Amino acid sequence: MSGTLWIILGGAVMTYLARIGGHLVLSRFERIHPRVEAGLNAVPAAVLTTLVAPAAMNGGVPEIASLVVAGTVAWFWGGMMPMFLTGGVVLIALRQLLG
Amino acid sequence: MSIEHSPNRTTRRDMIAGARLGVPVIFASAPFAILFGALAVDNGLSVGEATLMSAAIYGGASQMVGIELFGHKIAPWLVVFSIFAVNFRHVLYSAAVGRRIGHWSFIEKAVGFFFLVDPQYAEAERRIEHGGSVGFAWYMGMALPIYVCWVVESGLGAAFSRLLPDTKALGIDFLLPIYFLGLVMGFRTRSFWFPVVAVSAVASIVAFKFVGSPWHVSLGAAAGVALAASMPPSSRPGGRR
Repeated sequence: MSGTLWIILGGAVMTYLARIGGHLVLSRFERIHPRVEAGLNAVPAAVLTTLVAPAAMNGGVPEIASLVVAGTVAWFWGGMMPMFLTGGVVLIALRQLLG
Repeated sequence: MSIEHSPNRTTRRDMIAGARLGVPVIFASAPFAILFGALAVDNGLSVGEATLMSAAIYGGASQMVGIELFGHKIAPWLVVFSIFAVNFRHVLYSAAVGRRIGHWSFIEKAVGFFFLVDPQYAEAERRIEHGGSVGFAWYMGMALPIYVCWVVESGLGAAFSRLLPDTKALGIDFLLPIYFLGLVMGFRTRSFWFPVVAVSAVASIVAFKFVGSPWHVSLGAAAGVALAASMPPSSRPGGRR
């Protein structure tokens, strides 16, 4: 079996463990410590930020401008599609103009 | 004998109610499924491997991270670990939703948790908030159409990836960070959102420079989580001000 298949299956097993593991672990405790809960609540924003920040740092004007505009749209209007489409348009337009 | 209370009828109604909630999710995730398939082939995966990845992992952001790392000649276990790091948030969903489905059988739980993606979790929480109960029929009625579409669209994106001529000019290579930023913004009403984002951003950039990819994901995330856990309880919403 190729390395790629092993990675896919390994990723699938680990993902399933994450999806069932929280329930398996938590169902053993009567109460969750508030600090653990606060830390868990911060997980999505913390993880996803690390996927954006280095890309922004390595990006040029079109990349950074698209993130700023998309972030602003998300802040004021909410929702994924408006911010995503606006960011995409800014990115493509600036790459055409500057590239 | 009353027909409207027959179990079959209730089951079907619950499934349809669940499926209806899945419709906007199917539309919103379609571009990303197609994009994933195209990027996967771009990063050296076959059409079959790309489709299998969507079917087996079923987690958009983690699949994107996985194929991104495939192109970097990184040790396989690190790629697997990075997929786990991105999907680690599901531990939280799992713990939270587990309290709602105590009445499910073991098999139903084992099947149900596989499909616990972000919108599935969000709709389950909202159903509880509105006084409903999360039944297996409702849950799978929402989950299965989303899942089938995700897998099929990934395969189509992979098979027809050559129809996207210049991914750089189309901006496709940088659409993902925009998408991830959208997910980050979606959590902006949570307590400590801004300090967590700021600390994770700085820590991940520093780790990216001095430790390297993909450790910047885990190290940056650990910094943000540690910050939230170290905040005094009195400053949390719900705590004393």
